[in-house]
Amino acid sequence: MSEKKLMKGNEALAEAAVRAGCKCYFGYPITPQTEIAAYMSKRMAKSGGVFLQAESEIAAINMVYGAASAGVRAMTSSSSPGVSLKSEGISYIAGCDLPCVIVNVQRGGPGLGGIQPSQSDYYMAAKAGGHGDFFMIVYAPGSVQEMADFAVRAFDTADKYRMPVMILSDGLLGQMMEPVVFPEITEKAPEKPWACVGHENKRKHNIVNSLYLVPEDLENSNRERFKKYDIVKAELPEADCYLTEDAEIIVTGYGASARIARSAVNAARAEGIKAGLIRPITLWPFPEKAYADTVDRAKAYLVVEMSMGQMVDDVRLATSCKRPVEFFGRTGGVIPKPSEVLEKIRELDKKYNKA
Amino acid sequence: MAVYKKPESMADIPLHFCPGCSHGIVHRLVCEVIDEMGIEGETVGVCPVGCAVTSYNYFNCDVVAAAHGRAPAVATGIKRSIPDRFVFTYQGDGDLAAIGTAEAVHSATRGENITVIFINNTIYGMTGGQMAPTTLPGQVTQTTPFGRDPKVAGYPVRICELISTLTGTAYAERVSVDSPAHINAAKKAIRKGFEVQKAGLGFSIIEVLSTCPTNWGMTPVAAVERVRSEMIPYYPLGVYKDITESEKE
Repeated sequence: MSEKKLMKGNEALAEAAVRAGCKCYFGYPITPQTEIAAYMSKRMAKSGGVFLQAESEIAAINMVYGAASAGVRAMTSSSSPGVSLKSEGISYIAGCDLPCVIVNVQRGGPGLGGIQPSQSDYYMAAKAGGHGDFFMIVYAPGSVQEMADFAVRAFDTADKYRMPVMILSDGLLGQMMEPVVFPEITEKAPEKPWACVGHENKRKHNIVNSLYLVPEDLENSNRERFKKYDIVKAELPEADCYLTEDAEIIVTGYGASARIARSAVNAARAEGIKAGLIRPITLWPFPEKAYADTVDRAKAYLVVEMSMGQMVDDVRLATSCKRPVEFFGRTGGVIPKPSEVLEKIRELDKKYNKA
Repeated sequence: MAVYKKPESMADIPLHFCPGCSHGIVHRLVCEVIDEMGIEGETVGVCPVGCAVTSYNYFNCDVVAAAHGRAPAVATGIKRSIPDRFVFTYQGDGDLAAIGTAEAVHSATRGENITVIFINNTIYGMTGGQMAPTTLPGQVTQTTPFGRDPKVAGYPVRICELISTLTGTAYAERVSVDSPAHINAAKKAIRKGFEVQKAGLGFSIIEVLSTCPTNWGMTPVAAVERVRSEMIPYYPLGVYKDITESEKE
């Protein structure tokens, strides 16, 4: 199984999901993620799983809700406008404490936007995945290898915490090809005694539901869920820190932006600028410690995103606004150039690093 | 001598429905069928948003509560995951014929092997009596205070007629619960729906013409009379599709 293969990010994610035990995939065509559905339609036929092209994104997420209620590992994927439509279902899934995986291969917005890569759904993923008091766990892959790795982790994490997990990718990572080695599958899906599969007259009936008509009951349910979120926040935050030990200018970005930022950091180092990179791997919970650990030494932070600036707020919070946090972004499907990021690093170095 | 008792698959608790509402009767019919077929332990129900939103308290089988209109999609996800189980949805007319039309039509056309119990009472009950997709022309509701004017609000949707045109539909029947004879016929239709599912034949839907005395502003007796005088003429009772019959021919 440790054979290296050259694959598109979307296909690597789909293959890894099946290996991780995804039994049901429900989707709807939208660029730039359609390869996931196309791959699943062939792969599920072989693995004995379910592939179903739904009539809408709304139906697809509700089919996931049904499959997750029946205790099977289920996934849907889409791109930005389609994920807006799924937000209703995501809220219900969170409100019922159901595990599932949702993939967003982001494209430019708002509205129909464009079909080129973007990162403008950070808020939707990390802050406001739907109505009501809830969060979902968000993984941000940065390579085709991580598209595969995080697909496996997403299912394990979803089952462990009984939460919806989003893989927040983008059109660049979804469409590009890189070598990938599929991870060994070590964890097995846990027993799900809460699932609605027919009680066989052996137990009281199970109910999957998010309705609480008594205000105090709903408040208690939300408080219980937020206790779980505290555990997730303690256990799960993860970031990839690159050359941050002595860094004075810390560049930070996730996914595709982080790849570009890394090139710029290397170029800055070659010029003698002490630059480093923090790449969040979990966007919720946000890896605050990675920032707190660097804040005393750093002179300034540069947030690089393919958006008008959304993660930048979390960086300001994670650094407690103790250092200047500046932003560089391209949006609408324009991919920032390493030279543009390097220029911005130089600018910050001049501005904040006068000895 | 027949002993009248509550079905085993129905919880022994008071129903919250208004006096004269048909929901209680239809709940009971579904549970009687589940009892008679002996399938409570292998059935998963999907309840809607609307007056039947808390049906999970009344059905003793496993129950999943769906978002408004999404019950057929949720049922699809369940049935595809555990195809050897019985899966039914219980939906009202706002749920199925307005916000959830796409889910209902597409689960039917896919021939999804589920049974849909569809309550048509020509009004949104839970939210206090607004126009439903099934509200009759001229009917006064909270949002059609001068009576439904088709020129402005369009025409009522006849779901059985619509769904029966789809190849994936195996069984479609419209019934009523306005009289003991009709209640018996309704039970037979529900049983037929579950039998069709058992045989793996595809999508079955039983539309039940129902009363809503509270939001119609009528006594229960007058409400039953309205079903006969106004609803049945507009929504004729009968079997709209039955592929088991065409197979026999």
